[in-house]
Amino acid sequence: MNRRKFLTLMGTAGVVSAIATPKAAEAGVHTFPYYDNGYGVLHDLTRCIGCRQCEVGCNKVNNLPAPKVPFSDLTVTHKKRRTTTTEWTVVNRYDLGDKEYVFRKQQCFHCNDPACASACFTKCYIKNPDGSVSYNDKQCVGCRYCMVACPFYIPTFEYEEAFDPIIQKCTFCKSRLEKGQLPGCVEHCTMDALTFGRRKDLINIAHKRIAANPDKYLDYIYGENDCGGTAWMVIMPKPKGMAQCAPGNASEAHDAMKKVGLDTGLGNQPMGELTYGALGTVPMIISFWPLLLGGAYGITKRREAIAKANQEAAVAEERQKTIDAAVACIEKEQGKEAAEQHRAAMTAALEAQDSASQHGGEDK
Amino acid sequence: MSHNIVIPTKDKLFNFGPFLKLTPGNIITYILLAIGLAITVVRFTVGIGAVSNLDDYQPWGMWIGFDLLCGVCLAAGGYFTTVAIYVMGMKHFSSAARPAVLTAFLGYLFVVIALLYDLGHPLRLPYMFFFPGTTSVLFEVGLCVATYLTVLFLEFSVAPAEWLGQKFKCLLTYRHWIEKIGILLTIMGMCLSTLHQSSLGSLYLICPGKLHPLWYSPFLPMFFFVSSMTAGSSMVVFEGMLAHKGMHAYMDEKHLAEAPIVTLSFSKACSLILFSLFIMRFVDMVVQGNFPYLFTSYGCWWLIEMFGFILLPSLLYAKGSRDKNVPLCRFASCIAVCGIVLNRWTVSMIAYNWHFDAADRYFPNLPEVFVSVFVVTMIVTAYRAICYHCPILYEHPNFKEHD
Repeated sequence: MNRRKFLTLMGTAGVVSAIATPKAAEAGVHTFPYYDNGYGVLHDLTRCIGCRQCEVGCNKVNNLPAPKVPFSDLTVTHKKRRTTTTEWTVVNRYDLGDKEYVFRKQQCFHCNDPACASACFTKCYIKNPDGSVSYNDKQCVGCRYCMVACPFYIPTFEYEEAFDPIIQKCTFCKSRLEKGQLPGCVEHCTMDALTFGRRKDLINIAHKRIAANPDKYLDYIYGENDCGGTAWMVIMPKPKGMAQCAPGNASEAHDAMKKVGLDTGLGNQPMGELTYGALGTVPMIISFWPLLLGGAYGITKRREAIAKANQEAAVAEERQKTIDAAVACIEKEQGKEAAEQHRAAMTAALEAQDSASQHGGEDK
Repeated sequence: MSHNIVIPTKDKLFNFGPFLKLTPGNIITYILLAIGLAITVVRFTVGIGAVSNLDDYQPWGMWIGFDLLCGVCLAAGGYFTTVAIYVMGMKHFSSAARPAVLTAFLGYLFVVIALLYDLGHPLRLPYMFFFPGTTSVLFEVGLCVATYLTVLFLEFSVAPAEWLGQKFKCLLTYRHWIEKIGILLTIMGMCLSTLHQSSLGSLYLICPGKLHPLWYSPFLPMFFFVSSMTAGSSMVVFEGMLAHKGMHAYMDEKHLAEAPIVTLSFSKACSLILFSLFIMRFVDMVVQGNFPYLFTSYGCWWLIEMFGFILLPSLLYAKGSRDKNVPLCRFASCIAVCGIVLNRWTVSMIAYNWHFDAADRYFPNLPEVFVSVFVVTMIVTAYRAICYHCPILYEHPNFKEHD
């Protein structure tokens, strides 16, 4: 049982014992990658020449509309472009400084434990055993929380569509993978910059390439651990004049990776995990708040009851004193017998008055 | 009684007279409603893109940042007031309960209505019950808001039951039962509010790379919850001020007599909560080592927010409540409410995507703002309509509380 399933069960059950929550938090760290045999793609920036053939391939195999700027125009890669509803992958040029340029292709990273999937409140996203993250538009409410959650700004939304706007993003060409074909972009890559394979093999390949050319590459595989690991990974050349980072050290690789628009500061946890702590407090609050508030209510009631009893006691005491004083007066003037008669009459009259006012209260 | 309140009777149930007078307020209301309706038509026939500047970098803008985050937060007066009165036994505020519950109910109702503008598939909103994405903070928010809206409806429905009960006797039995479970509803409301007020902050926990470090914190849910308490108490004061301007004729002597006490007590409470919020956020900044950020432009904004919109209203409230200075408390409530709105805008828009170039940043366009204005206008109009008919600001003569 993985973390997500665990949380799902927890949520479905509704009220879960508070003890289970810290255990769930501990379990999460060791559960990724879920699908050890999933596929991935390694993007080697030292080989990429920005020819946009990957964009052509993506466009063709997914039957996307023709682009505004023809694929033969390579100058658009100099602009800062992003994925759109009709361009699920784009390749951009990045300046490493010192007149050194590299190209990087953007597409869905197909995270091991995707932020979009954990953020979706109608379960539109699934991480498949083949490594791809797919989206099902049939139950999408269009809340766009997946777009907020995605650390790579990948999902795009059809804002111009009035009646059936949905999310569009790279699918890892899942239907082609099932037929034993390569994803469109990988197939069209002329420079072998995109290497398709099992994710665990790709990590080995990347390490070997870096080991063979330690001066050429930055010793960091983006996506090996970032955001809990991603199926698509990136290795980049070490910018000239920058010191080599310690192997896989995210903070040392940060400045170089930032130059190609990748953030190594996101941490090694799946992004969803950042919210699970807060979600874990739900059973606590549900079980403890009513107790606390109920207790406060009980205290208030008791305080009121005591105040009322005190007041009644004080009133009764005053009344008794008054009667006693009156009786004492009567006794002096008219003698003992008359005094006792008057006392009985006064008490009866007061009781009658009390019961009358009580009845009046109930009538209201 | 110093003045006569128009109380609908069995024969004359409706009182729409005040809406038909051509006062400046009414004219502005109708103009805003007309503009809003026109934009609504465009939104639902042409699409979200036609009436907003939202894009793929900024999927949540004005509608979430104001209508949802501020709407829910400013409706916190509902739980804050009912807990103070019914749980803590502060009976001398009881005249503040109904207006607060009404505001909360309308606030949440219109949060849901405003959400329909923002959702790509508004009709699929109930899908969250059929395909529950339980790992999502948004699921928790949705579930709590839906449940809390129901609770608020039950709490609020006492007033219309008193109004219509003159004609439909069965409503009197209904009212009786709701009064019986009142304390249960109050406690449920508090639990649900704690959950979703804090969850609105948790929504942003998932994007540490996008939100500026001065605002991103693992304690975001805590900050959102505590600031919702300040919003709740400030709104009672703020709204009391507005209601006294427009709805004076519908307030009974009890309400008018209690109003200054309510203002001063809530000011005192809010002063303390604001101060604790200030300390909390300051400590959080220090603990997270965000000190260097204070010397950037975002740091400047953070300092303005902290000192101008949290510490300043806290001190003004403190002085106002100590000197029994109601106008000063009301002034402080204006600053505090602005502060809450600014904080929510900062988290959702200003400090979101903070590392982008100015040209790529989001700024709401006019139709987007008008939709938000439209929603606020609808809330005010609904509030007025309900106060004209139901015993909100006065006690109904048939249902006077006996002490």
